Amino acid sequence: MSKGGGYRSIAVIGALMLAAALVAPIASAQGQKVLRFIPQADLRILDPITTTAYITRNHGYMVYDTLFATDAKFQVQPQMVDKYEISKDQLTYTFTLRDGLKFHDGQPVRSADCIASVERWAKRDALGQKLAEATESWKAVNDKTFTLKLKRPFPLTLEALAKPSSNVPFIMPERIAKTDAFTNITDPTGSGPFKFVKEEWVPGNKVVYVKNTDYVPRKEPPSWAAGGKVVKVDRVEWIYIPDSATAAAALNAGEVDWWEQMPPDLIPVLAKNKSVKVENIDPLGSMGLLRFNFLYPPFNNQKMRQALLYVIDQNDYVLGIAGNAKNGHPCYSYFTCGTPLASEVGAEPLKGKRDFEKAKQLIKESGYKGEKIVIIDATDQPIVHSQSLLTLETLRKLGLNAEVQAGDWGTLITRRASKEPIDKGGWSIFHTWLVGPDVTSPAVNFAVRGNGQKAWFGWPDDAKIEELREAWFAATDAASSKKAAEAVQARAFDFVPYIPTAQFILPTAYRTNLSGVIIAPVTFMWNVEKH
Amino acid sequence: MTAYIIRRLFSTLVVMAVVAFVVFSLLYLTPGDPAAVIAGDIATSEDIQRIHQRLGLDDPFVVRFGRWVGALAHGDLGTSIFTNLPVTQLIGQRVEPTLSLTLCTLVVAIAVAVPLGVVAAAKAGTWFDRAVMAFSVLGFSVPVFVLAYILILTFSVQLDWLPVQGYRSFHEGFWPWLRHLILPSIALGTVYVALIARMTRASMLDVLAQDYVRTAQAKGLAPDRVLLGHALKNAAVPIMTIIGIGVALLISGAIVTETVFALPGIGRLTVDAILRRDYPIIQGVTLLFSAIYVLVNLAVDLSYAFFDPRIRY
Repeated sequence: MSKGGGYRSIAVIGALMLAAALVAPIASAQGQKVLRFIPQADLRILDPITTTAYITRNHGYMVYDTLFATDAKFQVQPQMVDKYEISKDQLTYTFTLRDGLKFHDGQPVRSADCIASVERWAKRDALGQKLAEATESWKAVNDKTFTLKLKRPFPLTLEALAKPSSNVPFIMPERIAKTDAFTNITDPTGSGPFKFVKEEWVPGNKVVYVKNTDYVPRKEPPSWAAGGKVVKVDRVEWIYIPDSATAAAALNAGEVDWWEQMPPDLIPVLAKNKSVKVENIDPLGSMGLLRFNFLYPPFNNQKMRQALLYVIDQNDYVLGIAGNAKNGHPCYSYFTCGTPLASEVGAEPLKGKRDFEKAKQLIKESGYKGEKIVIIDATDQPIVHSQSLLTLETLRKLGLNAEVQAGDWGTLITRRASKEPIDKGGWSIFHTWLVGPDVTSPAVNFAVRGNGQKAWFGWPDDAKIEELREAWFAATDAASSKKAAEAVQARAFDFVPYIPTAQFILPTAYRTNLSGVIIAPVTFMWNVEKH
Repeated sequence: MTAYIIRRLFSTLVVMAVVAFVVFSLLYLTPGDPAAVIAGDIATSEDIQRIHQRLGLDDPFVVRFGRWVGALAHGDLGTSIFTNLPVTQLIGQRVEPTLSLTLCTLVVAIAVAVPLGVVAAAKAGTWFDRAVMAFSVLGFSVPVFVLAYILILTFSVQLDWLPVQGYRSFHEGFWPWLRHLILPSIALGTVYVALIARMTRASMLDVLAQDYVRTAQAKGLAPDRVLLGHALKNAAVPIMTIIGIGVALLISGAIVTETVFALPGIGRLTVDAILRRDYPIIQGVTLLFSAIYVLVNLAVDLSYAFFDPRIRY
């Protein structure tokens, strides 16, 4: 063979290899309906009780079921429970489970499993803790019936058991639910509509679920976490793609079917593709917030906090976070706008034309002596970063001695736990956001609390707000509940435990061959069909 | 030679021990707390503190380091704080994609760069030489992620020839495996092609000016035999050195490439672990990288003797 012939042969072989590579089909689970989904974050922790991470909550909804669930009308509906009774004195609840409930290991769901699960949840969740305070005992009557005895009426009992967001009272087998509430469980056995395939789990890359063929859905149509959880695909693959440009390209190319949350700047890129639908499926969105450190000057002074209410412009934060006014709007409420307890009571300082003169007057009255204000920032979290920069600009306009100290999210969440002064690694302000369901009422909005050293980071101490919150828990009907929530909010706008900065939605995008995506504040995978 | 290899392997252990200590110390001093990440955004300080205690993160440095070294002595790299999976299992899941990417990139780089460098040296001063040098400058200058996006846009989104992201195991078939590596290898390999082509050209030019090359040409040997049989072999030592350094650079380059192409490799495992402060993974992966780096250097040193018999160990 001549030299030239040799090169030609190599070229021909190379071309054939390339051609074969190009036409080779992508390996997939043959003959199965596989839903490929890009989640908002990487699933790292399987325990929805030890963490409040939303990705773990979403995983929880895949593999576990709940006793009750909240529907789109904010009504509590039975889910695993078939029927329930409440005694006339409101002190005894009797629950009976539906027929046919089974865990993924084939064992039936028993009363003991439910009790152990709820008790573990109640050790970690704030609303669960309130329920536990009012609880005298949980008792199994038989394998399908159990009772809850209260020391005093707790009107939010069913709402607590139907809590839609972190931490959700998911039901696990008793042997798993007996795990200490601060230790991660590693066995993902649940009784939910999907089974977790642990052997195929590659943390940081892929999570695989298969349809739980033993699952018996309710007959009602799906509505948020309530109703029939009918699974219409055989397999769901969560493919974690950390780079948003790559994720957009993968969806455009049809390599994945659904991208849970996309940054607003990529909306135009996907909107051009007729095979892709960009949609806002989250009716509640998320709430941005600016949190103060109450332990040190200057924000241990109420007037300094009030001053910022007069200059924070929520319209700017909407644009900064959501990119455009379509995906967000101001929300002058401490409770998620669009939910029953939202109102604008006491919100005047945060609304309307921004008043820098009034703010400067309050700062003067506060006795501010030029103390340094440190805003801790996480540049790897665009929602946090954009808020930090806007706040810095506002503070500087007021002539305050402010600076941003940037790091990553891992650093921010560690540093915000520090109770030290600024010169020893402390902080003055941080920003974050909470999903709508986590801010709907005084029960779940932990950031509004004023329980001092036990409060969320920043540690506001206000006996009045705690008192008003307790009064809200005692409310027995919708009207009195609303009134009590308004009182909490009025006090909050005076005390200013934090400042709500915006309500925004991160849209979802999916291929048009999907149907049945449920409009809800949590991404649910049942009812979704792939054509 | 054997004594030399044993000596070098022993020094590898010493280097790894030093790396282990330094990395452990750095992580100890780095701000960040995995307990805060585990607890989530809604947790309180009390929750974080309790998780912190459960994880043994309150223990003094000496106790934690001693515990880790003790487990290491038994071949146990520890367990991920987040996933509760053994670090060895997590690394095991990620070895194949990174190894595949590195091998493909090296093959692409060497197969393209060495001939380019040799021909550029043989035709020094011509348009071809200038074109290779210009490409070399471009290859150095364009960041991996920019090139990666251009490749994705062109070959995946516009032409729909190759996949945007992901990895298929070699067990799923050669072609699916190769399809998912073509773009990442080109993106990552370009900088190495530039580096190796430039070094090969410089090294070849140096050798081509030697007397023995002129003698070989005077004896009437065919030009390709002079170029490949005499000059290239003698120019190989610096080329091998740069390839060895390139392997170390590949590790850092792989982190970016794996992120853009969503390849589940060790690079991404490392970045994710750093972001979450998953200390056992960071320590395990760093140890692995240091071992690879030292062993690659050893292999490069040993290859010198093959290319230049005058070198003895």
